[in-house]
Amino acid sequence: MNEALAPGTQATFGRHSLAIDAAREAERLTDELSRGVHQTLRRQGAVVGISGGIDSSVVLALCARALGPDRVVGVLLPERESSPESADLAHELAARYGVATVTEDITGILDGAGCYRRRDEAIRRLFPEFGAGWKAKIVLAGNLLEQAALNVFRLVVTDPQGCESGKRLPLPEFNQIVAASNFKQRARMSLLYYHAELRNYAVIGTANKNEHALGFFVKYGDGGVDIQLIAHLYKTQVYQLARYLDVPEEIQRRTPTTDTYPGGSTQEEFFYRVPFDILDTVWLGHERGLPAEEIGHALDLTPEQTQRIIADINSKQRATSYLRRSPIIVEAPNG
Amino acid sequence: MNVEAIIRAYIAENILFSGNGYPYRDDASFLDGGIIDSANVMELVMFVEEKFGLSVEDTDIVPDNFDSVRLLAAYVRRKQPILA
Repeated sequence: MNEALAPGTQATFGRHSLAIDAAREAERLTDELSRGVHQTLRRQGAVVGISGGIDSSVVLALCARALGPDRVVGVLLPERESSPESADLAHELAARYGVATVTEDITGILDGAGCYRRRDEAIRRLFPEFGAGWKAKIVLAGNLLEQAALNVFRLVVTDPQGCESGKRLPLPEFNQIVAASNFKQRARMSLLYYHAELRNYAVIGTANKNEHALGFFVKYGDGGVDIQLIAHLYKTQVYQLARYLDVPEEIQRRTPTTDTYPGGSTQEEFFYRVPFDILDTVWLGHERGLPAEEIGHALDLTPEQTQRIIADINSKQRATSYLRRSPIIVEAPNG
Repeated sequence: MNVEAIIRAYIAENILFSGNGYPYRDDASFLDGGIIDSANVMELVMFVEEKFGLSVEDTDIVPDNFDSVRLLAAYVRRKQPILA
């Protein structure tokens, strides 16, 4: 159950049920951060990877409040396929909170690891003409509001003239594209820990509840952190905190993307398949044990549509439980 | 071996890693019952294409065709009448 929710005065369930007391939650999180970094982890400050997205912006703002801006470093980790807009927004963000930044271009690391080559090999098995000037992205087929759909990924490529085509991704190609692309998050994790260890700082994670609980992160990549600060907050609640913390407007208005694939897929088309306000409200209602009819009524959805969203949440949580598991520690034999 | 038995054996051996076969009823929902997860769906699609020599259309990959041994076997028979 979501502890951050404001005490409700409205009798019925709906989108408003996601409302949080942002001031109180920000205060609670800064206390948790200060205690976690200094007392539990015995670190002197915090490192945050900043992308110009809403989640890392909120985390950076909270770190600056909790620890003081001079004990926080924002690390920009672009590569050759990153949107240039991301760096501009990340700089604007850091300047707003008085936090120093470091930029580490990870293109060389990714080239060395064969990230682009391995990924493009798999893409070319489906689209042999894929090459310079082309873009590619992975999307989940089907909108959950329109049809019952299973989680089957499609590869969508765009040629240099802007003509788009797509094919269902067979498992070997899907696995290779994902495994190769995950070098990006794992390279970023390595550099975040470099900058953290350099200063005796902790690495603060930026995954929200949607990402953490549904498995939209890379194990030992962006999931490799010392503190997950906002993993209990729905995406829509992160936006509420962003407004309270005065995160730059442009960042609040930006459509969330994966920032992983050169075709620039949005998080909705890549993974979630329904708008965040609907997903979050259905999920909250489901966690509160409300019947699908009541949840759907609040959102003008049919019980079938609501049930499909709930089934997808349950399915993703089950399928990605491996990502959230710590290593299995095999114990010594008795005696 | 009938279609259901082939599907049961494949899931038991490659997804459940069960030493004692497929322990569920043929009409048990794969997803609701946690028998397979969403990541295994693509694996099942590849399996039926290769094993039964059929081509699965994107629009066919829905729970009505892929959510239990019985539903999947019925789908295979519709696509490959020689197995009916």
